[in-house]
Amino acid sequence: MSEVLVLVDHVDGAIRKPTLELLAIAKRLGSPSAVFIGGSDQASGAAEKLKAFGAEKIYAVDDAEIKGYLVVPKVEVLQQLAEKASPAAILVVSSGEGKEIAGRLAIRLKSGLITDAVDVADDGTTTQSVFAGNYTVQAKVTQGTPIIAVKPNAAAPVEEAGAGAVEEFAATISDDAKKAQIVASQPRQSTGRPELTEAAIVVSGGRGTGGDFESVENLADALGAAVGASRAAVDSGWKPHTFQVGQTGKVVSPQLYVANGISGAIQHRAGMQTSKTIVAVNKDEEAPIFELVDFGVVGDLHAVLPAATEQINARK
Amino acid sequence: MNIVVCVKYVPDATADRRFESDNTVDRDGVDGLLSELDEYAVEQALQIREKREGEEIKVTALCVGPDKAVAAVRKALQMGADEGVHINDDAIAGSDAIATSLVLAKAVEKIGVPDLVMCGMASTDAGMSVVPAMLAERLGLPQVTLAAVVETQGDQVRIKRDGDTATEVIGAQMPLVLSVTDQTGEARYPSFKGIMAAKKKPLETLTLGDLGVDASEVGLSVSWSEVADTAARPPRTAGEIVKDEDGSGATALTEFLASKKFI
Ligand SMILES: Cc1cc2nc3c(=O)[nH]c(=O)nc-3n(C[C@H](O)[C@H](O)[C@H](O)COP(=O)(O)OP(=O)(O)OC[C@H]3O[C@@H](n4cnc5c(N)ncnc54)[C@H](O)[C@@H]3O)c2cc1C
Ligand SMILES: Nc1ncnc2c1ncn2[C@@H]1O[C@H](COP(=O)(O)O)[C@@H](O)[C@H]1O
Repeated sequence: MSEVLVLVDHVDGAIRKPTLELLAIAKRLGSPSAVFIGGSDQASGAAEKLKAFGAEKIYAVDDAEIKGYLVVPKVEVLQQLAEKASPAAILVVSSGEGKEIAGRLAIRLKSGLITDAVDVADDGTTTQSVFAGNYTVQAKVTQGTPIIAVKPNAAAPVEEAGAGAVEEFAATISDDAKKAQIVASQPRQSTGRPELTEAAIVVSGGRGTGGDFESVENLADALGAAVGASRAAVDSGWKPHTFQVGQTGKVVSPQLYVANGISGAIQHRAGMQTSKTIVAVNKDEEAPIFELVDFGVVGDLHAVLPAATEQINARK
Repeated sequence: MNIVVCVKYVPDATADRRFESDNTVDRDGVDGLLSELDEYAVEQALQIREKREGEEIKVTALCVGPDKAVAAVRKALQMGADEGVHINDDAIAGSDAIATSLVLAKAVEKIGVPDLVMCGMASTDAGMSVVPAMLAERLGLPQVTLAAVVETQGDQVRIKRDGDTATEVIGAQMPLVLSVTDQTGEARYPSFKGIMAAKKKPLETLTLGDLGVDASEVGLSVSWSEVADTAARPPRTAGEIVKDEDGSGATALTEFLASKKFI
């Protein structure tokens, strides 16, 4: 069975959840081979986890020489591995970085590329959601090695161990690959809540919070949810940009999305419209967000949310 | 210094966007405009020119698209770009990002060696966010993308951006491809003076032949991926909406969440 390369997304060796989802998808297409580009001291810990979630093979690429350089070194690693392994497909996470890697790789390998896949079938047919979630598209790569950027939550991770054979791979990195560099980096402080794009439940606040996110956050914590925000809330400085849901923020597709004090502008919808269940609390019964909801409350969020949070906590 | 800004003509997001029977985006039936997200790139290009007063800096707006797409170039000229280039050729219709990036790259080379190629963060229609990376690959340039703040000094570019796991400062040397987000700040509206001045600015229309690109390298038929099917999402069934009266809203909400097993 052909290998399927999975580029591992990690922070200092800690594997992020979407990679485990990629492994589950890789198994549908062939034999999952994880590509871990990181510190040599992190490789064995990472390998254990990758193995547990189905990696048959793990290519460990020491990043000592390329750490801090953007995108292109990873493209060169994948290019060289693709030439060596002739994989059936290459999977990356559909993040900003993942898509850029995929884009450059597609040109180098003369291969078709599909981004933002929300599902991948056994035969490589992908499902995408376009035009702010108003259309679903089925597509397939027809040339070269299919390169597919898959969105978080496209599959459930499967904890079923693979062979997990670790193979060190020494890639040759060109000088040209080292031309854009991270000069400074401020790791984001953990909020202790789930990641926005990975969360099963997202509770968001907009301009209607008036800047007081406490009731939004308390509801989120009662539901074990991530916290999101509209651009109006971000532009007002109430939340950092990383909380923004929408066209120019994060696109989320959770089981449940709760919009509070958010009117439902098209750019916001573009980031949450494909959520399974949508709930809104808004004091204006004419707010367009109500066109989308499964359940809506016309009321003041500062009254409704604290009371609901109390009831939810009481039921647990 | 030469700055090329890539501006795309897209169907209006507030209009009813749809697909043609061949599964390509309907670009004729729906009114279009300069992609909102590319306005930010034009704005940043103009700001670089303004901040570096005294230097000779030319901003060229470049668009690949059908007849109507010239509107995107015009808008950029009205905002303040110096020159416009519109690549228009029937053979380009239906091109994917891979073919589009080829045409853009050849056009950039034709315009002349740029110091900066600037793009929006994504086009508002297909929105793959991959053209800047592909363009960089084709031009053999580094890429610095998704900038929230842009600064240049000499031939150095520094950007700040909100990454997935960290806020980063990224540095690189020109020439390079730079994409910017809407966090870089509001784009200016064309002034009356700008609109008048734009009429006299050079606007060149080129075909594939002018770029030395063969028609067989672009278009729908050479796409490296194939759309098999498009379907409108079924409309959401109308939900239940309750009015909050003396706390009834919270109770109803809690019950709804419990009924769906979210509690
Ligand atoms: C290029 C571009 C990109 C954009 N990208 C995004 C994006 O990624 N994400 C995004 O969200 N937006 C984006 N926008 C902005 C978008 O158009 C809207 O302006 C924005 O979503 C509005 O945010 P809001 O709903 O919080 O604010 P508003 O539209 O002002 O709505 C506030 C709502 O709160 C309600 N309200 C007020 N007080 C209360 C209360 N006490 N209790 C309950 N309800 C209350 C009001 O009835 C109203 O419906 C973008 C715009 C542009 C031009
Ligand atoms: N046809 C086009 N003409 C000019 N610029 C384009 C075109 N397509 C894409 N771009 C540029 O590439 C960016 C990203 O596009 P995309 O990869 O389609 O999301 C856009 O914001 C534009 O700056």
